Amino acid sequence: MSNVIAVFRKEFKSYFSSPIAYIYITVFIVSSSWLFFRSFFVFNQADMRGFFGLMPWIFLFFVPAVTMKLWAEEKKLGTVELLMTLPLKEYEVVLGKYLAGLMLFLLSIVLTFVIPIVLFALGDPDGGPIVGGYLGIFLMGAAYLSIGLFASTVTENQIIAFIMGVVICFALLIIGEDFVLFSTPQWLVPVFSYLGLGSHFASIGRGVLDSRDLIYYLSLIGFFLYMSMHTIETRKWS
Amino acid sequence: MIEVMNLTKRFGATVAVSDVSFSAQRGEVLGFLGPNGAGKTTTMRILTCYIGADEGTAQVAGYDIYDDPVEVRRRIGYLPESAPLYLYMEVTDSLNFIAQVRGIPKSKREQRIRAMVEMCGLEGVIQKDVGELSKGYRQRLGLAQTLIHDPDVLILDEPTSGLDPNQIIEIRELIKEIGREKTIILSTHILPEVSAICGRVLIIHQGKIVANGTPESLSGLASGEEMIRAGFRGPQEEIEAKLDQLEFVSDFKRVPAEDEGTCSYELKATKGTDATANIFQFAVDNGWILTELHRQTLSLEDVFHQLTTQEVVQ
Repeated sequence: MSNVIAVFRKEFKSYFSSPIAYIYITVFIVSSSWLFFRSFFVFNQADMRGFFGLMPWIFLFFVPAVTMKLWAEEKKLGTVELLMTLPLKEYEVVLGKYLAGLMLFLLSIVLTFVIPIVLFALGDPDGGPIVGGYLGIFLMGAAYLSIGLFASTVTENQIIAFIMGVVICFALLIIGEDFVLFSTPQWLVPVFSYLGLGSHFASIGRGVLDSRDLIYYLSLIGFFLYMSMHTIETRKWS
Repeated sequence: MIEVMNLTKRFGATVAVSDVSFSAQRGEVLGFLGPNGAGKTTTMRILTCYIGADEGTAQVAGYDIYDDPVEVRRRIGYLPESAPLYLYMEVTDSLNFIAQVRGIPKSKREQRIRAMVEMCGLEGVIQKDVGELSKGYRQRLGLAQTLIHDPDVLILDEPTSGLDPNQIIEIRELIKEIGREKTIILSTHILPEVSAICGRVLIIHQGKIVANGTPESLSGLASGEEMIRAGFRGPQEEIEAKLDQLEFVSDFKRVPAEDEGTCSYELKATKGTDATANIFQFAVDNGWILTELHRQTLSLEDVFHQLTTQEVVQ
């Protein structure tokens, strides 16, 4: 466990020793707040449904930007040789890096708490959907992060890692949409709608925490973390 | 301490390491010598469990590289080629991270880091970002990270590359010092370095060990010839004609002389013929003045050249 913490600390600190973290947080807060407040005063409604509905699309581009460097940069600099010859197990490194990304992501979400605070100050919103919505976007972001981390393990180019991360997340996000389900073969529809990131997000967003949704997100995260470990290992012992 | 048994590693069709076996004991400094692409780095990467071999195995301090890779890594300090470092970290943070992962308890960490900073001469740069350091300081930081947990085995891939001559001497002294009680494997293609610090040398060529022994014994492997440099003051044509007739000189080459009127040569002489004495006598007999005469100590380079330019029979 102390090894996971050591890797976590190194990665988390490194986000803030370059401008990445500051740029990411600023741009994320500004764009998400702007998108929220733009319509908020028009509709004059004290809820955050619109905000949470946008998040999967905003994260699509923000989360892979957080994860793209985690492995690709190590490979580019050659430090992966240093890291992987330290007495660390693969899962400790993968977990440490994942948690560092998750922490930065969590920090950016926490900073959007300004919005519900404003809502509670100005009106009387329903607390349930807001808590559910935050839980939903946290789980969704956590899933995106594991995908982005995996994308970063397969290349030493950060741009490629970013694009791959976006593409995989995008594919998983849209396969559950009605738009796609219309044109899929009948027998695949339940599979696609289960695999789609969006449908699970919607039910949590309504304030309904179903164990199936939770299991879905956790297994998706587990799967991509395992894939990351696997890519690192096969690089070593091929 | 290190036991390598029949390692083979292929990358596609090329064989990077081919059936390599050797061992190293405590207190031994073992030099890997070979041209670029000979398989030195690959062998080191296998030993440090960074990549896997296709055949064969190795043991470090009694632990197998396949069965206990983490235990093996715990006992090794590895400095990869050109010392890759976390460029965006501060020097102290970088050392601190390695110390943490190396399992140095928190109470001792600071003291250990300070000792390393002092040992590798990093005092002036500890607050800087690693990315701001010059090549020499990066190499030192790499070495400090390698030594921080006081490992039993050190594996150093070209530890002196990119350093200035003074730093090279410092690092060599450091390695020699450490090598008394530890096992060190280092790779290089600088030949004088090998004679300066290594107790034993492995010459690797095309993935195979082509020579294994002390630097002195390897020098003896060179074919029965030695290089002698001699300068005569006399008529050039006559000197060359007479040199041609000397039985113990198989070949000679004119080299630029230091002053006018002198002809300097590099002579290839048969070993054991007391060639220097004979050349002195030769000059006296012909009535020329001998301006310089010394034996060139190039023999390790000769061995290296001979062994690494021919094709290895696979």
